[in-house]
Amino acid sequence: MNQTVQVSKLHTFSEQLKPTNIALSEELVKTAGDQLSEMDFPTTRVEDWKYTRVTKISNLELSEKNGKATRLATDSLVKQDVPTIVFENGFVNHTLSTVQLPHGVFMKAFSDCTAEELNQVGTLHSSSDQVFSLLNVKYLQDGILMTIEDNVQLEEPIQFIQLITENNVPAFTRLFISVGKNSKAEFIHLFLGANTSDAFTNHVSEIKVGPNANFTFQKLQNENGTNFHISREVVLQKSDSTFTINTMILDGAFVRNDLNIAVDGSNCTTNLNGAYVLKNNQHVDNHTVVDHKKPHCESNELYKGVMDEKSTAVFNGKVFVRQDAQKINAFQSNGNVLLSDDATINSKPELEIYADDVKCSHGSTTGQLDDEAVFYLQARGISKESAKNLLVSAFVGEVLEKIEDEDVANYSAKILNQRFGWEY
Amino acid sequence: MIKIENLHASIGDKEILKGLNLEVKAGEVHAIMGPNGAGKSTLASVLAGREDYEVTEGSVTFNGIDLLELAPEDRAREGLFLAFQYPVEIPGVSNVNFLRTALNEIREYRGQESISAKDFMALVREKSQLVELDAKLASRSVNEGFSGGEKKRNEIFQMAMLEPKLAVLDETDSGLDIDALRIVANGVNTLKNPENATIVITHYQRLLDYIVPDYVHVMYQGRIVKSGPKELALELEEKGYDWIKAELSV
Repeated sequence: MNQTVQVSKLHTFSEQLKPTNIALSEELVKTAGDQLSEMDFPTTRVEDWKYTRVTKISNLELSEKNGKATRLATDSLVKQDVPTIVFENGFVNHTLSTVQLPHGVFMKAFSDCTAEELNQVGTLHSSSDQVFSLLNVKYLQDGILMTIEDNVQLEEPIQFIQLITENNVPAFTRLFISVGKNSKAEFIHLFLGANTSDAFTNHVSEIKVGPNANFTFQKLQNENGTNFHISREVVLQKSDSTFTINTMILDGAFVRNDLNIAVDGSNCTTNLNGAYVLKNNQHVDNHTVVDHKKPHCESNELYKGVMDEKSTAVFNGKVFVRQDAQKINAFQSNGNVLLSDDATINSKPELEIYADDVKCSHGSTTGQLDDEAVFYLQARGISKESAKNLLVSAFVGEVLEKIEDEDVANYSAKILNQRFGWEY
Repeated sequence: MIKIENLHASIGDKEILKGLNLEVKAGEVHAIMGPNGAGKSTLASVLAGREDYEVTEGSVTFNGIDLLELAPEDRAREGLFLAFQYPVEIPGVSNVNFLRTALNEIREYRGQESISAKDFMALVREKSQLVELDAKLASRSVNEGFSGGEKKRNEIFQMAMLEPKLAVLDETDSGLDIDALRIVANGVNTLKNPENATIVITHYQRLLDYIVPDYVHVMYQGRIVKSGPKELALELEEKGYDWIKAELSV
């Protein structure tokens, strides 16, 4: 019998990437390599990738390029005058980074860390079947390690900007954040572009929220141009902690987000807010998982999207309530508005409950703008276009209102206004 | 002000207006009464430009302009106002924000400057008092969680803000208790002047005790079948509509 040896697409794709020279644990890198050698890119037959094709990513021609940017337009930042670290095309840009760290915060680029300092990286989750997370390990360019000590209350957030300034560059990056006991902090993760094409961001954040800590993570995706973006947050919450993540997808041709939160302590609060506002051929896929492992916790999830022209969105939100996790209040809601006949949304809320004393709800709505409301506004002298804008703004506004940091909400509103002309 | 001639309109393949004629002059108040299904609300919707209705015949001239050619927003900008029978709830859009947008788009259409935030708020305060609308309601989402009476008062508040030339009040009295009715009517009467006109569509004579019409029209089967002075309303209240139906079938 003849045996055909077929070289996988993944293998061909990987050959153009440089193996990492970050001091990650050898075990981690080796395991990733071993696993990858037996895998290929996911097809749409795989449930998690049913509506998102990665063929274009597998065909990308990528080569690393160091950044040369010497300035950032001030209006492209969320905050001025806060500690800001800038990565460009996957590497630290020292010129643009202004790091004067507050007391109690330790931060270092992975490239400056010893193996010992990085020994926790990759421990928050098993990336076993996630091709992109494994690729991220094996071809990691750089990352940021941040530790907030116990009992630290940060008054201002720390800002991490990832910039893509060249065509066809990979940006394989990581964040490892550990928030100490009783500490409170906010972190802004902003992705920006320079109208490039065919760059590929593959990012993983690991976030450990210690006992009684309160951590807010603002993820703002504003990467213009026609690039590809896959990112994942893996969060571990300890008891009595509060974790809030606001995911604002303001731009981006192809975006896939995987948010995975394990609530591994009682009396925790978890808030997940997300908004995606799309046009052209944008494709945005949000997968979220909240895994309640311990009792007496609450999670609130609100994702809203507006799709215009030929854009496509995917929402898949899973909530697990494990057998020991009694007295859980878990709420999930996903609302979508389609503004064009050619726009698509695939929404799938899922609840898996193994405990018997819980309060959970989930709901997904998809519709068009209310014709009655549009007519009502028109009958008062407002043009059809403005009427639609008012209604869309109000729809997405519900998510913006959840964002406590006004600079973050205003920044989001500003970008949406620039792209769509909507007033919030 | 407005001249409606031989107006025919259908929804789907069902003809509802079947040759309606009506002329309203500046300074006048006209009441349109009639049994359920006569086409009263259809007339209001057709005038405001609701897309569901198709005008198959006839014309509507509004201050010399062919009204039927205009988009709904341009009809409003030309000075037509419809007080909705069922005001729509619009979550997330504040009453104030929506009215400022409306007012400024109307002003832009007329080649006027935008109203300043300060003048606008002063106007809101003044006009909300007219219908005794709580200032808090003015800043809430449009009609969201409003009681039936508050919704109708909000319609008249909007009318006061936009100062239309012709207001069409579609069953504004439905769902109102007597106090709310008085407030709404008082608002309408205060806004009345020799340059504007009002068409009051109603099922009951009750409202006409407060908003006194110059003419009363009876609508039946898509047409105005009888017109008269304000006393006609009282006659209708007393005798119902059957005598008109009987008169017509003779």
